[in-house]
Amino acid sequence: MVPSVPEPGSTPDTQAPDIQVERLNAWYGSAHTLRDVTLHIPARQATALIGPSGCGKSTFVRCLNRMHETGAGTRVEGSVRLGGLDIYAAAQAADIRRRVGMVFQRPNPFPTMSVYDNVASGLRLNGVRRKRLLDEVVEHSLRQAALWDEVKDSLRTRSGANLSLGQQQRLCIARALAVEPEVLLLDEPASALDPISTSKIEDLIYELKTRYTIVLVTHNMQQAARVAERTGFFLDGALVEFDETKRIFTNPRDRLTEDYITGRFG
Amino acid sequence: MPSLDLTPGSAAAPSPRSPIPFVRSSRWADLAFSAAIRTCAFSLFAIVLLLVAVLFANASLSLHSFGWSFLSRSSWDPVARSFGSLPFLFGTLLSSLLALLIAVPVSLGVAVFVLDICPAPFRTFVAYLTELLAAIPSIVYGLWGLFVLVPLMRRFAGPALVRAFGWTDLFREPNFGMSLLTASFILAIMIVPIIASVSRDLMRAVPGDQREAVLALGATRWEALRLGVLRNARLGILGTVLLGLGRALGETMAVTMVIGNHPEISANLLAPSYTLASVLANEFAEAIGHLYLSSLVEIGLILLLISVLVNGLARALVWAATRRGDGLQRRAS
Repeated sequence: MVPSVPEPGSTPDTQAPDIQVERLNAWYGSAHTLRDVTLHIPARQATALIGPSGCGKSTFVRCLNRMHETGAGTRVEGSVRLGGLDIYAAAQAADIRRRVGMVFQRPNPFPTMSVYDNVASGLRLNGVRRKRLLDEVVEHSLRQAALWDEVKDSLRTRSGANLSLGQQQRLCIARALAVEPEVLLLDEPASALDPISTSKIEDLIYELKTRYTIVLVTHNMQQAARVAERTGFFLDGALVEFDETKRIFTNPRDRLTEDYITGRFG
Repeated sequence: MPSLDLTPGSAAAPSPRSPIPFVRSSRWADLAFSAAIRTCAFSLFAIVLLLVAVLFANASLSLHSFGWSFLSRSSWDPVARSFGSLPFLFGTLLSSLLALLIAVPVSLGVAVFVLDICPAPFRTFVAYLTELLAAIPSIVYGLWGLFVLVPLMRRFAGPALVRAFGWTDLFREPNFGMSLLTASFILAIMIVPIIASVSRDLMRAVPGDQREAVLALGATRWEALRLGVLRNARLGILGTVLLGLGRALGETMAVTMVIGNHPEISANLLAPSYTLASVLANEFAEAIGHLYLSSLVEIGLILLLISVLVNGLARALVWAATRRGDGLQRRAS
């Protein structure tokens, strides 16, 4: 099947699904890094996950596209439903990872590939060969990631590593978007970037959440407040509180959440 | 170890003492050390220059008598005083290239296995085994080749190849077991450990987030390895392959024992052949007459130049790869 390419600005044919997580537990070797997490991530909204380092928020998003299990000695229990589909019981990991895109903390473009090939790599992996289609998707993805104008003249001559760090991260977002995922997981996507690049990424998230279900892990509470409808607070591998962003930051139910957002620890 | 004084107050109020009597060491020691180091470093250049100079000087008779035609002549007849290096060049290059053809896929397979597939408890063991193979003296490989590989080639592998591929002219009778192909096998076994261990290190140096990036796009494990690891390490691996080629080109003992030592150019891989290194090892001690000796020295010169060329190319590639690797690291920090 040839994936249809929507015009820039239009919505894709597929409706991005919600994610229902139930009693999710994860281990690294004997370390129990995620404990009984249950939450509902609504469709086509941005959901932010905050918490101190090592609280399990990264592990949590890595369980949403089955990346956690690629590490040695890892284990996952519980269920994650992507629009009703149990991604652990009823799906292939590779299929899930195509549908649930991921952007990492450190920009990781492929240094041996041109900008064009970086974006096209996911399509080629998934069997797309037609040049016209590739051209279209590459341009569309780079436009979506707000990078097109900066790279359109050197698409094939510039290496993916030969961009500024902020551009590299937007290239990684374009690369993730090119395979037309329904969900986008962003694992501290701006923590390695300068303030201007960070605000570009935030603008981008704001724009993308109308079309994709977005899960954003962040250290930066202002960032969560700016882009996310809902926010979850993780501590020691458990989800302490999950609510509307406004409520979390103005009137949290839990004492621990309040201590964290007022800077008493973390 | 001096005992620590942990009584309270000892750190705050050190007992009064006279100033430490520092003695500046003589600057002559520094100068002497520096001179010694420089001598060591420059002696390397001197050795290389002397080596080339001596080879050129001793090969001058042959260089004058045959000129460039020494490279294209295929007769090797001490009685008729007619010498040409073509059969040896042919044997050296073909046996080494065939060895690479066999060794490269095996080495990459071993490297990927150790890196990715091998269960963790066996990983060190397999890696150790690979490196052990590199430490075995080549004469031992030669003996093993003579007593194991040659009979195997004569009785089983050779006849099977003739039956299957005889129509290509690459595998024809007579098959004595000692052949170019046998030498290539021995060489392949000898260079697998080098290529495998260095390319494994190169693959391990590729940041793990590269593989994750490929996996996150919906790739299978093999695709992630190919795009996320092998592709990033490919320049360095190519350099390693060339280092292996350098070793194969110069390998003498093991090859001499199994190649059959017959200076003839043949498309038949089961026919005996001869290499530059082997002819030197076999005939140098018995070379009578100035021209014969000079021709052998010129063969040594050719071997040296080929090795320098291949190693230079390999170094350049590894250097380029490391520089790009620095780029990866910079990006990471």
